[in-house]
Amino acid sequence: MWVAIIVVLVALGSLVFHLMTPWWSTEIASNWGSMDLTIDITFWVTGPAFIIIVLFVAYCIYKFRAQSGAAEAAPNSNHKASYEPENKKLEVWLTVGTAIGVAILLAPGLVVWNNYVTVPDDAVEIEVMGQQWQWGYRYPGADGKLGTTDARLVSGDNPFGLHLDDPNGQDDILVEGDDLHLQLGQPVNVLLRSLDVLHDFYVPEFRAKMDMVPGLVTFFWMTPIRTGRFDILCAELCGTGHYAMRGNVVVDEKADYDAWLAEQQTFAQFRASLQDKSKNVKSVAMNDVIEDKTDGGSPVSPVAMNAAMNTVGPMPAHGAATR
Amino acid sequence: MVDITQEKVENVGPAEVPEMELYHAHSWWTKYVFCQDAKVIAIQYGGTAVAIGMVGLILSWVMRLQLGFPETFSFISPEAYLQFVTMHGMIMVIYLLTALFLGGFGNYLIPLMVGARDMVFPYVNMLSYWIYLLAVLILVASFFVPGGPSGAGWTLYPPQAILSGTPGSGAGIVLMLISLAFFIVGFTMGGLNYVVTILQARTRGMTLMRMPLTIWGIFTATVLALLAFPALFVSAIMMTLDSVLGTSFFMPAIVEFGEQLAYGGGSPVLFQHLFWFFGHPEVYIVALPAFGVVSDLLSVHARRHIFGYRMMVWAIVGIGALSFVVWAHHMYVSGMNPYFGFFFATTTLIIAVPTALKVYNWTLTLWRGDIHLTLPMLFSIAFIITFVNGGITGLFLGNVVVDVPLSDTMFVVAHFHMVMGVAPILVVFGAIYHWFPLMSGRMLNNAMGQFHFWVTFLGAYLIYFPMHYLGFVGVPRRYWEIGETSFITTPIESLNAFITVAALIVGFAQLVFIYNIIVSVFKGEPAERNPWKATSLEWQTETVPPGHGNFGEEAPVVYRWAYSFSVPGAVDDYIPQNVHPDDVKKIAAAEGD
Ligand code: HEM
Ligand SMILES: [Cu+2]
Ligand SMILES: [Cu+2]
Repeated sequence: MWVAIIVVLVALGSLVFHLMTPWWSTEIASNWGSMDLTIDITFWVTGPAFIIIVLFVAYCIYKFRAQSGAAEAAPNSNHKASYEPENKKLEVWLTVGTAIGVAILLAPGLVVWNNYVTVPDDAVEIEVMGQQWQWGYRYPGADGKLGTTDARLVSGDNPFGLHLDDPNGQDDILVEGDDLHLQLGQPVNVLLRSLDVLHDFYVPEFRAKMDMVPGLVTFFWMTPIRTGRFDILCAELCGTGHYAMRGNVVVDEKADYDAWLAEQQTFAQFRASLQDKSKNVKSVAMNDVIEDKTDGGSPVSPVAMNAAMNTVGPMPAHGAATR
Repeated sequence: MVDITQEKVENVGPAEVPEMELYHAHSWWTKYVFCQDAKVIAIQYGGTAVAIGMVGLILSWVMRLQLGFPETFSFISPEAYLQFVTMHGMIMVIYLLTALFLGGFGNYLIPLMVGARDMVFPYVNMLSYWIYLLAVLILVASFFVPGGPSGAGWTLYPPQAILSGTPGSGAGIVLMLISLAFFIVGFTMGGLNYVVTILQARTRGMTLMRMPLTIWGIFTATVLALLAFPALFVSAIMMTLDSVLGTSFFMPAIVEFGEQLAYGGGSPVLFQHLFWFFGHPEVYIVALPAFGVVSDLLSVHARRHIFGYRMMVWAIVGIGALSFVVWAHHMYVSGMNPYFGFFFATTTLIIAVPTALKVYNWTLTLWRGDIHLTLPMLFSIAFIITFVNGGITGLFLGNVVVDVPLSDTMFVVAHFHMVMGVAPILVVFGAIYHWFPLMSGRMLNNAMGQFHFWVTFLGAYLIYFPMHYLGFVGVPRRYWEIGETSFITTPIESLNAFITVAALIVGFAQLVFIYNIIVSVFKGEPAERNPWKATSLEWQTETVPPGHGNFGEEAPVVYRWAYSFSVPGAVDDYIPQNVHPDDVKKIAAAEGD
């Protein structure tokens, strides 16, 4: 008897927790409300199924439990089980019903996925680049085009590995150690790149996420729908500093966004500034995490310094991780 | 065909294969240590799996302490946390559950349940265990090498797994990969045995469609494992080469901490495909034996045939086949071609149909049964509940677009623990309470068992059910510490602390269970023969525990399926598979069939 009651309580307790939980999805800040909707649909289809099945089990326990005490079997008891090995009709109905339920989940899911992988024409491109354990951002600049890149070209004075002879890259705007800014209502195609290991660009309020894979450019697109400053988390295990690989994204009104963008350095300006500073940087103490080893003692990029100083949390040093 | 309506004298063909010649042990060493008897090998496998499983359990306590009470335990550094996560996950999935279900239950039950005297290749079977033990020892050794064990996550994704930003990226990961390779070699030796024994050594009358579902589950899981493990094997070898010799199978051009590495041209995504081509079937390698075992437990303890036996068999086989075309549902946000999402979401949700049918048939087995609330039955009921719960959250994650916000969050951790941690382990417990009398001749203590059951079931549910909601909030997995954030508006510290306390209590209950086993082996109440009045052959042996060669002079002859419970017209509420139809006691007044 009380076994049945506990089983009922498990079902009801789950339901009550689900309805009352203070822990739920964050207030959405992107166009992917359709993902939340798909989750809701999934709850509506599967939740009742769960409750019904568990309650049915409880009913069976209550109704068909042996009367003869727990441990020994009861041959000849008048409570003998019924003998009905198969019931074709029932099995067919259950199959059909389940298939319908599954189709109700899958159909909207695939529609939304189709949207997710189809980047609209008016989306602007920006790039997010991950490396252990920090984020960097690149905007296409005045020409609206991102320059091409190659990991082999990455060095202290070319932190994104841009092809120096690609004119599209010269006006690209590079941001390291600062927030990512996005413009309210403007669809963006976020191109994702990694220099070292897998990372994953994840903003809970945006719902969207995608891994960043060295050697590949991956992407997702979204439109920010409310202003604010949100956390960026790394959602793919990337080593000791994974938990601390944080950043922030700020969604601005157009005016604020333009003003912010205008203050940022282009790749060409950045390289020019390096020339000026190259004589007096040697004295800066850098840890070996970001030290430029390609040409000993040569200029250290202020971008990289900036990044090192802005890193969030108790960042384990390179040396500590290898020990 | 199944003997659904039966009791005509079935013709039982003559033996086609002569009785096998048994290897007889001559010394204490060959009898108890280097033993070729599958029952002894089973216990060796089981004991080793449980021992390493205890390590996995202790690691889980330490992880939970860190998550529940961050900044309290200084010995849990971020590196150590990742190493614990990795070793815990790998131990639980491979070295505990796979080894226990196939090496443990497979070895014990296959020959007995199909009416064979032993596995067909006993020597190879013995080697299988010793190689497994070697694999476990290599894995344990990685705790003691410089740099410690790998902290790459149980998925071992490169490039991270072999680069210096990850703990244990030197000796740790190499030992892990070598250990896995040995595990697979050892498993293959055992696996071939299980398959060939089931196909070739069944006793007279034991047609495929009369086999207990336990055997169907173990059989299908073994076939899956034989096909899936090679993918892990090659990826382990290739990653070892990348790590040790500097090849670039999985390594593209990489700039590590500002330094250009010599790697180039390899593909990290390729590894993920290979890993999950193994990894998804692996889920079913654990789940299918559990499905099979729980079907039999439910049937015996509800005194009713399993409902829809044929459907159950085809569902097992169908799920097994489908499990090879869903692997990339673990990779929806991996950066693979996004159009794969359509295909893999569809196949994944299709697999839900046969899976759901199995659930319905389990509940319909209870329906109009004569349910004895024994410990095996309680664990089976708990399995149904947790499995349905975990299966349903699988429908969330399988539906590609729902996976986008939830992947790599605590929702995933909650999901896979519910469905492949809690549910199969509940079956393991149920199975141990069920078959312990056969293996030892004694009963387990019921009071301790009740305590173990309720704490484990309710505790595990309390651990994992609320954890899903942390995933909705967006809390990522494999985080040493979440720290200050702006997106968590309702504090989660209290929930995390609650989960940790629950996990420690559940862990404690496992110690009670182990104590129960140890005490009962020596002092338990002696079991009757066939205490549950089961029909399958393992309970019809001459002695309990069954001796060398399993059966007496004559191998049993099988006349019916394993689910003849409460057959109308029969006096007893069960008819063992090997009772001749003429010997079945019939109720005189009944239709006289
Ligand atoms: C009461 C028992 C258990 C507790 C308290 C527990 C706890 C945990 C915790 C805290 C994590 C790490 C979560 C994170 O930071 O991402 C984890 C990961 C994991 N657990 Fe368990 N666990 C238990 C039993 C099991 C069992 C039985 C299995 C067998 C399937 C299992 C398989 C895994 C796997 C595969 C991972 C993922 C490892 C990774 O992320 O690489 N666990 N568990
Ligand atoms: Cu990360
Ligand atoms: Cu899977």
